[in-house]
Amino acid sequence: MTDHTVKAFTEQLEALASAVAQMGGLAEAQLADAIEAIARRDTARAEAVVGGDQRIDELQQQIEEQALKVLALRQPMAVDLRETLAAIKTASELERIGDLAKNIAKRAIVLNREPPIRLTQSLARMGGQALSQLKLVLDAYSDRDAESAEMVWRQDGDIDEMYNSLFRELLTYMMEDPRTIGPCTHLLFIAKNIERAGDHATNIAEVVYHMVTGGHLATDRPKADVTSQTSVR
Amino acid sequence: MARESAFWIDLRRILWAAAAGLAVGGAVLAWFGSTGIWIAILAVVAAAAVAGAVAGRVRPRAERNAGNGEVALPILSPLVREVLEQLPDPLMLVDAGGRVQFANRAMWGVIGVGVERKLVSSLLRIPKVLEALSRTSASGEAGVAEFVVRVPVERHYQAFTARVASDPPVAMLLMHDLTAVKRAEQMRVDFVANASHELRTPLAAVAGFIETLKGPAKDDAVAREKFLDIMAVEAERMRRLIEDLLSLTRIELNEHVPPRGEVSVEAVVRAAAAALSPLAEADRIAIKVDAPDGLPKVIGERDELTQLFQNLIHNAIKYGRENGQVAIALRQASTTGRRGQDAAVTVSVHDDGEGIPPEAIPRLTERFYRVDVKRSRERGGTGLGLAIVKHIVNRHNGRMQIESKLGEGSTFTISLPAVRNQVDAPVTEVL
Repeated sequence: MTDHTVKAFTEQLEALASAVAQMGGLAEAQLADAIEAIARRDTARAEAVVGGDQRIDELQQQIEEQALKVLALRQPMAVDLRETLAAIKTASELERIGDLAKNIAKRAIVLNREPPIRLTQSLARMGGQALSQLKLVLDAYSDRDAESAEMVWRQDGDIDEMYNSLFRELLTYMMEDPRTIGPCTHLLFIAKNIERAGDHATNIAEVVYHMVTGGHLATDRPKADVTSQTSVR
Repeated sequence: MARESAFWIDLRRILWAAAAGLAVGGAVLAWFGSTGIWIAILAVVAAAAVAGAVAGRVRPRAERNAGNGEVALPILSPLVREVLEQLPDPLMLVDAGGRVQFANRAMWGVIGVGVERKLVSSLLRIPKVLEALSRTSASGEAGVAEFVVRVPVERHYQAFTARVASDPPVAMLLMHDLTAVKRAEQMRVDFVANASHELRTPLAAVAGFIETLKGPAKDDAVAREKFLDIMAVEAERMRRLIEDLLSLTRIELNEHVPPRGEVSVEAVVRAAAAALSPLAEADRIAIKVDAPDGLPKVIGERDELTQLFQNLIHNAIKYGRENGQVAIALRQASTTGRRGQDAAVTVSVHDDGEGIPPEAIPRLTERFYRVDVKRSRERGGTGLGLAIVKHIVNRHNGRMQIESKLGEGSTFTISLPAVRNQVDAPVTEVL
């Protein structure tokens, strides 16, 4: 009888982690499609992203309910408790990423009505970096890999720097030709959304690190802001 | 969970039949005495047949209860198993509960090792594939889904799902790699776009000078000399650009194909340093290579790794301080990945030039990105060196780190996985 109970508990935790991974996959797909919609001026794809956000919101509610059940019925301790908490927090961050993807897609629809701007390629690159961070951190969550999570956390600065660089480029572009102010402003908001998505990925990294080790990234390892560094892969 | 080969299952069946037959036969004999011998024999045969049939159907349920509540799997014969293992395309079998029951070697490369009995939704996140799999599991209809994995290397796949009519039924997922096909298409388009964009300026300059020499400066010997010198420089720039573009195209075309050779990094680095020493001497820069003994070999393609380190060392010389030093250090390290601990070799190339401003660092590996366009053109840069390095690192499953502080120079560190001593990763057998 005890074996059966313990096994059901493990299965519940497993199902919770699996649901979070699934939600992560949806968020990844939404963000990737939103950025693709801008890069390829694909309005149909953008509309699909806007419609697909509801599923992510539903999943978040589902995960919260599942987690609450685990907390109430099993009263988990130590790593199990951290895992349950991590599921709730991660789902919340992923829901925000989903919303950001939806907003990017909405702007893409508006943007695609205007003539094309060269700078969408730089934006797509920044989006690629954010997607890479998200993929790495979701892999770290599934693999329970604190080292990977820490690496993602450290690379947070990259996207911020790309945003600063793009910001300056957009300003110059707008100053040269005031007719582009409309579309460039949209691009600015989109860039900000991508930067926010990167921040949420970093938050997930902190959650994963805490889930695996019980420690906190910010206090264990203060950021060295004197030397700038970036990693490829 | 009991591992039963077909032999033992059949043996059990026979034993059940024999036991049942003997029991009934003994009972009939006891009841009827020796007169009922023929009835006894008939009864024995009938009982044996019934018991054998019942045992055949009872087996899956009995195994289910004997295990830990998981759905028992139909047996994969060794021949079938071997065939599936050898398939170049990733393949997995998923049971009705969504758990992975079998994954072939190619699939380990996609989802990692040690995946048996894990929920497939924890291992694969692509929504289209998971949807196709659950639809096939529920309805029995086969499904197809195309999807793209964009990071770290862009790969295009076609996923096929089908239900295997076994007892209990399992769903099969097969992934077919379309990357080579899509890449070839994309490469052509990209090459034309890049080439036309970057060649336009030097070509315009040369055309302009030719017009001037044909017209106003026709008889001006001094101007002719000067213009011809400039045209030679521009022509050389275009030649280098085309060479780099072709290089990049070639590398990107094969980026998704894992390298298969074994290369000594120290030998490659020393050869590259030696090849570039005339350039270093021109600026009075010393190249120092520091490598400990006993560094393992890395998995890689020698030619590409040579190009990688030549590009890095060339950059260090180009942007280093005159009378300065380029310091190259090789070390052994270990990294953790989805496959557990792996040995790696790291090579760091340090120059003591001006350093790179922080906002430029994430964009360094972008094609044609230069921090200072004028300086790069002066030193004959094409803007493609680091893009080439990045794609080679990606192909070799390695990592690159760029550190720089303004006024203190820059360090480029490459980490490459070493050759593993064991061929196969340890995996628990499922069947």
